Amino acid sequence: MKILVCISCVPDTTSKINFTNNDTDFDTNGVQFVINPNDEFGLTRAMWFKEKNNASIDVINVGEQSNETVLRKALAIGADRAIRIDSKAIDSYQVAKNISNFIKEKSYDLIIAGRESIDYNGSMVPGMISEILNINFITNCVSLEINGSNATAKREMEGGIETLTCELPLIIGGQKGLVEESDLKIPNMRGIMQARQKPFDVIAPDQSEFKTETHKFYKPEDKKEIKMVDPDNLDKLIDLLHNEAKVI
Amino acid sequence: MSIIAYIESSNREPKKSAYEVISYAKNISEKLSTELIVVAINVDNTNEISNYGPDKIIVVNNQSIKNFNPKIYAEVIYQICNKNSTNHVILGGGADSKFLAPILSIKLDAGYVSNVVGAPSNYEPFTVKRTSFSNKSFCDVSILSKNKIISISSNSFEKKKIPSNPEIIEFDAEIPDSKITQASVDLSKGNISIADADIVVSAGRGMKGPENWHLIENLANTLNAATACSKPVSDLGWRPHSEHVGQTGKPVATNLYIAIGISGAIQHLAGVSSSKVKVVINNDPEAPFFKAADYGVVGDAFEVVPKLNEKLKAFKAENN
Repeated sequence: MKILVCISCVPDTTSKINFTNNDTDFDTNGVQFVINPNDEFGLTRAMWFKEKNNASIDVINVGEQSNETVLRKALAIGADRAIRIDSKAIDSYQVAKNISNFIKEKSYDLIIAGRESIDYNGSMVPGMISEILNINFITNCVSLEINGSNATAKREMEGGIETLTCELPLIIGGQKGLVEESDLKIPNMRGIMQARQKPFDVIAPDQSEFKTETHKFYKPEDKKEIKMVDPDNLDKLIDLLHNEAKVI
Repeated sequence: MSIIAYIESSNREPKKSAYEVISYAKNISEKLSTELIVVAINVDNTNEISNYGPDKIIVVNNQSIKNFNPKIYAEVIYQICNKNSTNHVILGGGADSKFLAPILSIKLDAGYVSNVVGAPSNYEPFTVKRTSFSNKSFCDVSILSKNKIISISSNSFEKKKIPSNPEIIEFDAEIPDSKITQASVDLSKGNISIADADIVVSAGRGMKGPENWHLIENLANTLNAATACSKPVSDLGWRPHSEHVGQTGKPVATNLYIAIGISGAIQHLAGVSSSKVKVVINNDPEAPFFKAADYGVVGDAFEVVPKLNEKLKAFKAENN
């Protein structure tokens, strides 16, 4: 079984978000980049298939050279080969198109992406790839089992969970549940050493079209002062919620 | 030229989010002087839709697609777009809409922006504001292609009643075969989902254990609210993952968010920052959540929550 895991490199979840260049770019100063958490759940699930089904795992990213540290971490966790498409990621369409062009004729059985990245939160790339390549797609995926050429996946929907079955190839948008937080692997020294020897391909983008363009970032307005209510005077809280905030 | 508002339905009724989506699309259709078409799949009663100003309502009634399937729904909407020379498709932020939208964007060769929180600020180029960095910031995004898809976040656009007398059209869509089979559905029992709720009551490790969650559930019942929890609580297995809100869990954009015994880690605050009004109940006056909330109570949740529940019950009885 051949698996491709799509990796976004995102600021660590504790990062303070600031902008630079007249608020047109994210300020990477002092920010640590990590594997997008939703992708890491998927990568960890892929490791499980590697151990049980002898699957091979490639990881792919569309981005600049600075992303290579994060891809090396994916290799240290246990992926076999990394591919970086050497282009600044402009929008989801451009990323999806480049990854799709790479996948074409590579006969991956399973492609794992995250439900969304925690920086752009588009929820777009895996769905776009599925349509460009005409393969099955399940997002908000919280469980995945593979049996031969068949997949059984659970999707979190509004108000419940549905179990879906389909044939491979399949692309999923994964999230927590694929594996648990406690299953995530911290690379050990042996993994880190091995990662240095693993194949790392940098390939040129074969198309650069994009359909959307981000101009300017803003930070939320400063919150107005909080109003404190005495725990012995909860009627006051109800009064504020009813008459001032008008939410009950 | 036309603009389509695709609305989600449940039990053959439009979902609550439908009217926000239609109002958003109506605003654009007025600015661009194009026809507004509301598209609904498996909906019986379209009366309420007419109150929000569509020129046409296109309904696809077909039992074979009563279960949501993103590829098939995207194909059906695509067929309707083709018949009506549609350039703009507006959807809500529900899980199903966001599942099908990227598929539709490839079919229509459209630029697609999700998590949009305001009306277009410009039409040349077409520019909208969306959230980014998991609600820690916003950004302006332009769509450069002729066809455009927008999915709007819930509670981000004012509903506006503009009664109209739309033509109602039954559309006979060509339904492709599904390659994915729904084997079973496990519905959460009796709960209001976080996405549908006007009020969310959320609790953290301050509740000390799952056995104390009846206090949270009782308060949620009184307020007709959904229950949610912080990440540590779902990681500890006290509550299901589906209740975890925050950066790696669900985002919450509700009218009222009540956080009980949640200190307010930056990842949690990001996930709930789009909620309109936030109330924090915590025994630690230094909890960071107090800096991000509108109303705060410093006190022991085990005393405050039951008391608040009793008072709210009395308030509800008086005001209903």
